[in-house]
Amino acid sequence: MNGMSRIVKTITSIVFPFIMIFGLYIIAHGHLTPGGGFQGGAVVASGCAMILVAYGSVWTMGKIKEKNLSILESIGAICFIILAILGLGFGTVFFKNFLVGSNIIFGIVPSFGSTISNINTAGVIPLMNFAVGLKVIVGLFGIVLIMAYASRRRDNK
Amino acid sequence: MIFNFPFIAVIALILIGLYAIIFRKNLIKMVIGITIIQSGVNLFLITLGYREGAVAPIFTSLPSGTEIPQGMVFPIPQALTLTSIVIGVAVLALMLSLIIHIYRHYGTLDVRKIGGEK
Amino acid sequence: MSKRNLFALIFFVIMAVFLFISSLMMHPFGNPEETNMDDEIIENAQIETGANNGVTAVVFDYRGFDTLGEATILFTAVAGVMIIFRRMNK
Repeated sequence: MNGMSRIVKTITSIVFPFIMIFGLYIIAHGHLTPGGGFQGGAVVASGCAMILVAYGSVWTMGKIKEKNLSILESIGAICFIILAILGLGFGTVFFKNFLVGSNIIFGIVPSFGSTISNINTAGVIPLMNFAVGLKVIVGLFGIVLIMAYASRRRDNK
Repeated sequence: MIFNFPFIAVIALILIGLYAIIFRKNLIKMVIGITIIQSGVNLFLITLGYREGAVAPIFTSLPSGTEIPQGMVFPIPQALTLTSIVIGVAVLALMLSLIIHIYRHYGTLDVRKIGGEK
Repeated sequence: MSKRNLFALIFFVIMAVFLFISSLMMHPFGNPEETNMDDEIIENAQIETGANNGVTAVVFDYRGFDTLGEATILFTAVAGVMIIFRRMNK
């Protein structure tokens, strides 16, 4: 699939940073507002898919290699599992939320009921949000990119 | 109060998907039917956990006067629906990849021709 | 109508009747009966996990193993798509 016209490419370049910021906001505030790693990752991956549609799969595959996507997704999965195993090490069980109530980072426990949002809460949940968000971004975008590149038209090449 | 109407909507979605799987012969249409069944199951999970007049289980700037256990919908069906959606994306990607392979190999998407049934 | 289509139609009608009857026998919409587990989670999620968002607390803390399996499934899907299209990319 070749790229689309110049108008589409220009509008895509303008809109793309805002989609990125919105998706990263949803990932980072996953423990306070509606959202989380999966939803924000889906938003960012759909923004990257917009780039893929506008510029064509051959151009995008020239910019981003398939192997790098595999490495990034593995990093996300390994970070998630390491956070779970740290719960086994510092706490008692697998997936123990060991950071909540401590003074290191993300350690404040909010009072019960309706509170003002404080980003420095919730223990390991924001870190897990980032790990799963990275994994979902790269996973969904990798699926779309590989399928688009494999089903491109051959005779233009 | 709408009496059980969301459950009937769930049944309608599942039956539409089942019809597409049983009676259509095109593989792409069968995949669309599977996706519609999946939407019906997600809607069913969300519907099970709804309490009348309740808000989402999020404590940030809650509306005043919300009773804490009774005024919130169930969080567990929503979490399981989140899991279900991501699994649905994975299954859909694998199905479409296999369909692309089948089309390159056989040159058709008709299940009767692929299966050799005349 | 062939014999296969006839059997399929009978199966479809039986399934439709069964599903409609079971949907009429559900609890009324908006009034679930068993609420113990979810009430427990709603009351304790903010104290135990520190997260304001109850759904995120369930996904990453109470049911972390579900999320681990889900991440595994996503990884397997990406690996499967890459394996299927590996020969085609050349």
